[in-house]
Amino acid sequence: MPSKRIIACLDVKGGRVVKGVRFEGHADMGDPAELARRYRDEGADEIVIYDITASVERRTIDYAWLSRVARALDIPLAVAGGIRSREQAIACLEHGADKVSINSPALERPDLISEIASVAGSQCVVVGVDSRLIDGAWRTFQYTGAAETVRQTPRLMLDWIVEAQERGAGEIVLNCMDQDGVRGGYDIPQLKAARERLTIPLVASGGAGAASHFADVFLEADVSAALAAGIFHAGLVSVGDVKRAVRDAGLEVRL
Amino acid sequence: MSVAVIRLGVGNTASVMFALERLGAAAELTDDAARIAEAERVILPGVGAAAAAMRLLDDGLRQVLRKFPRPLLGICLGQQLLYDFSQEGDVAGLGLLAGDVTALEPTSRLPIPHMGWSALQFERETALFEGVASGEYAYFVHSYACPVDDATVATADYGRPFSAAVARGNVFGCQFHPERSGAVGARVLRNFLALPC
Repeated sequence: MPSKRIIACLDVKGGRVVKGVRFEGHADMGDPAELARRYRDEGADEIVIYDITASVERRTIDYAWLSRVARALDIPLAVAGGIRSREQAIACLEHGADKVSINSPALERPDLISEIASVAGSQCVVVGVDSRLIDGAWRTFQYTGAAETVRQTPRLMLDWIVEAQERGAGEIVLNCMDQDGVRGGYDIPQLKAARERLTIPLVASGGAGAASHFADVFLEADVSAALAAGIFHAGLVSVGDVKRAVRDAGLEVRL
Repeated sequence: MSVAVIRLGVGNTASVMFALERLGAAAELTDDAARIAEAERVILPGVGAAAAAMRLLDDGLRQVLRKFPRPLLGICLGQQLLYDFSQEGDVAGLGLLAGDVTALEPTSRLPIPHMGWSALQFERETALFEGVASGEYAYFVHSYACPVDDATVATADYGRPFSAAVARGNVFGCQFHPERSGAVGARVLRNFLALPC
């Protein structure tokens, strides 16, 4: 069996790692390259750099600092934020990213998924999905990087993840907005429902507040990986603490 | 030390280049057959799909790789391209290793691609893996896998065992990504650079 992955996400704004609560209001948490190395040393299996305002500001991530982080890092690196074209996705890969994660632009133009997958391979294409429960259904949202731009889309989460998979996504990161930043644990029912629909790996995102939450989401929703940002930045729990908790729950992790 | 990293279309070859840079190796990303033939080491990184990659390997480049007398390392798809044949796109490979590359089958417990860190299990010793022990983890991303046979150096398991690393003569392969496998991967690349020519 493959080991369960713990992914440290760096939410970046203006070249600095920030932490928001429910995507609103951000506090400075430090330099991206420095934090990426710290998490690598603590045992993170993967780093995601997410330029949270890129999509909202209609730009893509800054290739210079992407390269700076990629050059220093010897574990997998994914990037997200404002990637709207195949050319931008390729530029990210050529500047050292291993995977690109696309979210709002894919909802706008789903062909983007297959366009990137056909040249770079599905393994490079992660589709990020922001979703929350409204009137009994999980609904997708776009432009969640800022309170004034966030908007609901007509697509239901469970349909969209299957479509993304069929179009060539290699992995889905499901960010459960109701839990995000609240630290009450991952959204197990939503992740479990998503996992049952997919044959590609699913990454849980949103809600981690304690080491035990990671073991819970692996055991109960059988996701391949769990992603967290805030609790690591704030130093509440280290990546190492999380991995020991997951191992103690009887799951395989890389320690 | 000159290392030629073969440019095959688009993809994350930057991470291979950065890894070699961290080890102080002079590496060049190139698709020039003459430059590759002269290199002391060749790395075939391989990204994307097998059929697309084989299309990009023209006859000249194939001949250079088939006859290359010094250490040659295929990484991920690069390892798969060393074989006779790949089920991915039903395409012939370089034929440096015998056998077929076949698809990993998804199950309810095992999503495809196999994306993540899996433990290496060594079947035999080779200089490429000096200092790396069974049970150490490496980072994999793949949907197709190479057979386990006498070319196998290490296996990993994803529903079934497959070749995580292979070696025959001067030809080496890693199904995992050494450039993204932390200290274990750095050790493998350092060993590769230190192999006798």
